[in-house]
Amino acid sequence: MTQSKSLLGTLWTERGSRAFYAVLLLAAVLVPVLNLGVAESSALHVPTYTVALLGKYLCYALLAIAVDLVWGYCGILSLGHTAFFALGGYAMGMYLMRQIGTRGVYGDPLLPDFMVFLNWKELPWFWHGMDTFWFAMLMVLLVPGLLAYAFGWFAFRSRVTGVYLSIITQALTYALLLAFFRNEMGFGGNNGLTDFKDLLGFDLQKPGVRVALFLASALALGLAYAACRAVIASRLGRVIEAVRDAESRTRFIGYRVENVKLWVWVFSALLAAVAGALYVPQVGIINPSEFAPIGAIEIVVWVAVGGRGTLYGAALGALLVNYAKTWFTGALPEVWLFALGGLFVGVTLFLPQGIVGLIAQLQARLRRPAPPKEASA
Amino acid sequence: MSHAGNRSRNGTNTVNVSTVRPLLRVLLAAGAFALALGARPVIAQDERAAAAAAVGDLQQPAALVAALPDASYADKQAICERLVQTAGAQAGPVLRALLDGRLYSDAHHRVVVVEGESESETVPIHDPFSGAALGSAASADLSRIGSNNMLRKTLKGLLAQLDLADVDPARRLAAVQESLRSLDGATIDALRARRDQEPDDKVRRAIDVGLATADLASDSADARLAAVQKLDGELSPEVYNALQALVATDEAGASREADERVRIAARQALSHIDAMRSVYGAVETLFFGLSLGSVLVLSAIGLAITFGVMGVINMAHGELMMLGAYTAYVMQQILPQHITAATLLSVPMAFVVAGVAGVAIERGIVRFLYGRPLETLLATFGLSLILQQLVRSVFSPLNRSVSTPEFMSGSWVVNDALSLTWNRLYIVAFMLLVFVALLLVLKRTSLGLKVRAVSQNRAMARAMGVRTEWIDALTFGLGSGVAGVAGVALSQLTNVGPNLGQSYIIDSFMVVVFGGVGSLWGTLISGMSLGVVSKLLEPYAGAVMAKILVLLFLILFIQRRPRGLFPQKGRAAEG
Repeated sequence: MTQSKSLLGTLWTERGSRAFYAVLLLAAVLVPVLNLGVAESSALHVPTYTVALLGKYLCYALLAIAVDLVWGYCGILSLGHTAFFALGGYAMGMYLMRQIGTRGVYGDPLLPDFMVFLNWKELPWFWHGMDTFWFAMLMVLLVPGLLAYAFGWFAFRSRVTGVYLSIITQALTYALLLAFFRNEMGFGGNNGLTDFKDLLGFDLQKPGVRVALFLASALALGLAYAACRAVIASRLGRVIEAVRDAESRTRFIGYRVENVKLWVWVFSALLAAVAGALYVPQVGIINPSEFAPIGAIEIVVWVAVGGRGTLYGAALGALLVNYAKTWFTGALPEVWLFALGGLFVGVTLFLPQGIVGLIAQLQARLRRPAPPKEASA
Repeated sequence: MSHAGNRSRNGTNTVNVSTVRPLLRVLLAAGAFALALGARPVIAQDERAAAAAAVGDLQQPAALVAALPDASYADKQAICERLVQTAGAQAGPVLRALLDGRLYSDAHHRVVVVEGESESETVPIHDPFSGAALGSAASADLSRIGSNNMLRKTLKGLLAQLDLADVDPARRLAAVQESLRSLDGATIDALRARRDQEPDDKVRRAIDVGLATADLASDSADARLAAVQKLDGELSPEVYNALQALVATDEAGASREADERVRIAARQALSHIDAMRSVYGAVETLFFGLSLGSVLVLSAIGLAITFGVMGVINMAHGELMMLGAYTAYVMQQILPQHITAATLLSVPMAFVVAGVAGVAIERGIVRFLYGRPLETLLATFGLSLILQQLVRSVFSPLNRSVSTPEFMSGSWVVNDALSLTWNRLYIVAFMLLVFVALLLVLKRTSLGLKVRAVSQNRAMARAMGVRTEWIDALTFGLGSGVAGVAGVALSQLTNVGPNLGQSYIIDSFMVVVFGGVGSLWGTLISGMSLGVVSKLLEPYAGAVMAKILVLLFLILFIQRRPRGLFPQKGRAAEG
């Protein structure tokens, strides 16, 4: 009883966390109501396009939390989280592809369009079973999880750290990018998987389904956030932060650093995979460019902008940067890369704690000599 | 309309002929010939009737050509043979034009050459001997001077003869090789005639090969056997095909070649040739691997300094290469008449441009982030985005083409099975040059000494009076300048565009990490071996799969040896 109470308590103690839950809950109530309940002519109506866009942002926020968990708390800078995100997305894409059935351009009951186009006669072995929802969802977790486990087991046991680890994570996602571009891989090559029709029998184009996907993303984000908070507040969380701050010392004290790292790494990869699986039905396509190493670096920037080492900061950064991206690429496409590049440089030079750190500094200054309560790493 | 057109055409004609005349005089050796040619337009009209009369009477080349349009095929054949006797090598272009069906007679009954197919009403016409432009003519006024199979065969023989008698041995060699491709009676006769008077060894050998190949079809088994033995070890595809025909069997399974000895000899010769080919193939693969490796080393060597010596992760390294490549492009735009000079000049220019950019990056960003490698990575990555967009805005998002200087184009033909392109050979040489220069700078200059001192023990270096901040900036500038130089080399191999840097950055990091951070030799060896390994894998796995396998190998390799092939030892390694 006390255990659960303290657990609940840890989820609520941070002010930032309370704000995060409140905003998430508000969005989860307001967006569906304003989309479905308000007439389209009304100024308050939220178009379905915006619902899908917001859903996408929530997936990005989930991805940012996953990266923040390994980077902000454990000190592992991953430049390859797009690999887990995209693999989760592909698993979901395969399920959606199988759901098309005879409604494809070629109308083949078994083979997806691109296989008919490539003159394939049989379904490759790894496409079997992907038409059942539970199995596909299992794969969403299993494939990226196993990859992360294998990769992490090797890397952490051999004590590959710092920049070297960052570079080989980048190599991992780059290798996958190249692999998925090949038609022979059986994942649609360059074009990826698209033209999805429905999910669990619900038409993906219907506003109601869009809202449901948005709610699912919000729920996943909320649960993941709570889970991460719980991990960080636990004893394991202390060890995780100790690994970040002084890895050798933690090892000398007697902790199995590689096991701790491996655990956080796989957990983070699973979160990224879930984000990918929720992302694909909302954007309607998954192709190899999702593996691009530049994407992985962008995620790191979201986290850095929002505030590394605070989960709500990561989510905030993902929302802000992606909103800026949507706005810039629409209004001033020329300027977007200048702005993004400037953001990288500016944040690392002037805002080492991100926006969250900036706000904390301003508050501290307003409250006169009151010392900052929590030192966010 | 057509009248007006005609008038203007006549106008240009007179101008052209008068300007062409002195040129022709220089060109033509025989003075009489030159005179005859100068008078050609007049002759062309006067000789119209005479042309049909008797070919035998005509002696001057111009008159012979003028007789072509109205001659029968048999007469044309005689005219062509006479033309070769009287005009020698000058007859070549006329015969070739006749063979290709480009020879026409125009409204004034002059014989002219029309280059290429054209749909328009008027086409440009040329003098059949000199190729000089004679203005243009209406398509309707032109009638082609036809040829038949017999005539074409004669023409081919005559042309082979002409080419074989060329003064330039390279042209003669080319003619022999060309004749190998289509061996028939006429060319064989020409080859045989040329064989004994050929002064050049290489050409004579090629003629021998041609004659032996022809002998493979001889009726005498002994001649065939001798030919097979002579051809053993020859690498040209024509010889290979001819030998293969000897060992082939027909549908019934019976050998096409009747004589057992010839079959065995041919089989031996083929296996011998196959072995030689696979050796040369391996040499070629090795060469491709080394040239790819050189590109990798070039792109990584600047990084070996900034990352290896200074420990700074510079994600904008690829964009510094891009700056170097664009410098080459700009230099060629400034000096469009002197591509070679522009390209050579762009090497120091690129070093300066990228080097200055590097110093600016170090002073502006990197120096605030020492000791925080992950932050440096992010900041320089942001910078790389800005540089990319800058280039996109200034130049354009499209790829720019950088011309290849004369001396780098073409290839070095070792033999029929092996030819190495010059640009790749020069890349290998250039890489070695840059490497040695860099090694000398680091090991033999005062700057190099200070750079190494700062990288090994900053505090001690400062205590000894080294201005570490200054050295940091210079080291970063040096690494960046080398990246710019590498960019010039890359501009000769790939498209120059805003994404040029991005496509090399991962590869170059891999090379540095594989070789061992801080080791120039390690970078050289790792780049070269990665290049060779990927080219060795390519035939079996395909280009993309080879790259994936190399990446996977690297990921696993780092697990085994986290500090690369040649890890730094001592104090510096612990940073």
